Amino acid sequence: MVEIIGTILPPVVIVLMAVGLFFMLAGAAGLLRFPDFYTRLHATGKCDTLGEVLIIFGLLLYHFFIYSPGAELSVKLVPVKLLFLIAFIFLANPTATHAIMKAAYNTGVKPWKKGDARM
Amino acid sequence: MIEEVFMREQVFLPIALVIAFMILLCLYRAALGPGVFNRVAAVNVIGTKTIVLLVLIGYIFDRPLFFDISLLYALLNFIGTIAFAKYLERGEIWSR
Repeated sequence: MVEIIGTILPPVVIVLMAVGLFFMLAGAAGLLRFPDFYTRLHATGKCDTLGEVLIIFGLLLYHFFIYSPGAELSVKLVPVKLLFLIAFIFLANPTATHAIMKAAYNTGVKPWKKGDARM
Repeated sequence: MIEEVFMREQVFLPIALVIAFMILLCLYRAALGPGVFNRVAAVNVIGTKTIVLLVLIGYIFDRPLFFDISLLYALLNFIGTIAFAKYLERGEIWSR
């Protein structure tokens, strides 16, 4: 059982972290390339949340199955903190995006339409 | 033990370097982006990337207690963005 986990798990962790890195790269490209404020937040608000959660989940699997056996208890309990971090990112990141987008809409930032110049 | 060294040097370190490079890319939007809202959004994105970078640094340097710093950074980043959004919307932070 332990050997099966030891052979299967590192590729799973690497694939999870690579997919998360791809999502974060897509979010950064959207932040740089999209034409106005709302579309930029549309790119980063979702891609960054999913990418970071995938990377932290891969690290959680790595810590729980590969890193922590044979360690002391304070090191073994670190995945609980990582679960807290995942839950907090899932709650707080879209909330912050929504708050700042609502603030921009209420102060009168105009959305971009097709044919306008980049803002 | 060999697996740990491999993951640390061949997986976590390149991913941390790519995330640091993405922070540099977002810094362009934070420095030059037109208007204050673009800047605040870019700073929020940089903060959330920094959380992942701190967790990765904790594994690269073999110090698992870095996660406390990343949790604290997540809380501070969220509170800062909310306060900035409220200030930009209403012109004040404490509403009466």
